[in-house]
Amino acid sequence: MRVDQRLIAEMIAPRARVLDVGSGDGTLIDYLYRTRSCDARGIEIDMQNVTQSVAHGLPVMHGDADHDLADYPDDTFDYVVLQRTLQAVERPREVLRQMLRIGRHAIVSFPNFGHWRLRLQLLTTGRMPMTSVWSTPWYSTPNIHPCTIQDFLLLCEEEGYVVQQWLAIDEDGARAPWRRSIRLANLFGEQAMFLLKRAGH
Amino acid sequence: MDISASPTIADGPVYTHQTVRLDNGLDLECGVHLAPLEIAYCTYGTLSPKRDNAILVCHALTGDQYLAEKNPLTGKPGWWSRMVGPGLPIDTDRYFVICSNVLGGCMGTTGPRSICAETGKAWDSEFPPITMHDIVAAQAKLIDHLGIERLFAVIGGSMGGMQALTWAADFPERVFAVMPIATSPFHSAQNIAFNEVSRQAIFADPDWHNGHYRDFGAIPARGLGVARMMAHITYLSEAALSRKFGRRVRHDAATAVPASSSPSLFGEMFEVESYLRHQGSTFVRRFDANSYLTITRAMDYFDLAAEHDGDLANPFRNSQTRFCVVSFSSDWLFPTSQSRLLVRALNRAGANVSFVEIESDRGHDAFLLDEPDFDRTIRGFINGAAEHAALLEGDC
Repeated sequence: MRVDQRLIAEMIAPRARVLDVGSGDGTLIDYLYRTRSCDARGIEIDMQNVTQSVAHGLPVMHGDADHDLADYPDDTFDYVVLQRTLQAVERPREVLRQMLRIGRHAIVSFPNFGHWRLRLQLLTTGRMPMTSVWSTPWYSTPNIHPCTIQDFLLLCEEEGYVVQQWLAIDEDGARAPWRRSIRLANLFGEQAMFLLKRAGH
Repeated sequence: MDISASPTIADGPVYTHQTVRLDNGLDLECGVHLAPLEIAYCTYGTLSPKRDNAILVCHALTGDQYLAEKNPLTGKPGWWSRMVGPGLPIDTDRYFVICSNVLGGCMGTTGPRSICAETGKAWDSEFPPITMHDIVAAQAKLIDHLGIERLFAVIGGSMGGMQALTWAADFPERVFAVMPIATSPFHSAQNIAFNEVSRQAIFADPDWHNGHYRDFGAIPARGLGVARMMAHITYLSEAALSRKFGRRVRHDAATAVPASSSPSLFGEMFEVESYLRHQGSTFVRRFDANSYLTITRAMDYFDLAAEHDGDLANPFRNSQTRFCVVSFSSDWLFPTSQSRLLVRALNRAGANVSFVEIESDRGHDAFLLDEPDFDRTIRGFINGAAEHAALLEGDC
């Protein structure tokens, strides 16, 4: 399991109801079921991944974040997880709204477009930056809504979400040391992870 | 269509099905009390001491209870023998698998060929109209008879999937996991239309005799055969037909045109025509026309949402059942869009649902064919559900 998935798992209480949006090969939900006795389910867009997950006995359905969250009733889950996908959905704000409607908490991770290497590349070359995290050229990238950590925090404020926990993580998914300063995290964190809840809860 | 050569189902049973007779009978939705109720069934594997490892497999429109053994009527292997057996995806070393002939059928379960207690004569076309709920209620009586309180799983494709969904809707506490395959929560207008063409073909046969053909020692073989030919096309796909037959023409003694004869419109026969005729003629040997009408009508009536205030989520609210919905990409009879509709309703109901669309170009029939991804899906879902049901521990 990736290090950042382990960090996500640590945020989730035992026996919680979890929906992993973009569950990939099902590693996280399998882990949550086996080690935390969670009722963990997945939605995945890639059919090969879906088939593989179901063939492993995991409850995964074919679907995607933009279209398939609206069906669930309010508060169906304790946690709704969106890993490294927010930047690739059609309507990120709506997806977040749905996540925090159907779940009491949302756990969101995304690659940080404010990282210094990206800023430097754009400044010095004048071209769209490409790094190992942002590895596809602009004309074929699935990442149509990149944002920085500060952008995301602003959106959370606008939407009235409470940030219960946040951390910057490096490329491999390990926790990075920029815990105190958002500015530094936004400059040096390659990815970010947030645990959110609705205000007033 | 030549069906004179060998015995047909019209000649009456020449073998004995395993059957249970339930004298209390069954109250049908139409108000008729059907008694006695006979259910013909097959079982495979061993029921666990806790009686918690039973899987009910529901057959499709023209299927029967001979799931994984030689069919005594056709002499062919059971219709899902590639899926059900020791070590197979539905593993009879672990599970007790039950398959029963549907109510209204013609393989031993009470249907149009049965004797009506009141008249002492066969029901034939007077057999009361039945619904998917009646079919499932009859199966529930069999499950009662076998002393099973809760089924571990109900699995079915096509009309079998309609039964699986009906189980989940009508007996949620009696089924732990449900697998509706290549099916739909309602019968679409297009599918009703196909059924209507099938029925009209039967009605148009001079041997139909208003459904009392058996009194005349006849069967509407031509009509039923045409019905089957038409239906069979809907089970395939253009890609499958092209691959199997293309535009090839048959060249054999039976169809060859003598060189001397004048040109004829139908002097040659495309392979696909010959194949369909074969499908039609073998079908009428094993299937009863009145059963065909009774069961296709039950499919036409099927609409779970309409029965629940128009919301398909309603029958599944608070359901603890685990669902695995499977569709096939080239199935145009029960297309993926209808499975997706079902999945969305299950999500609205908050149910635990897996959903896979299997990539295949073989159309609706793909669920009966060799599709490795499908096999893995069935096996995985069953084993995953078994783990949740804590079946793995203990002595099943």
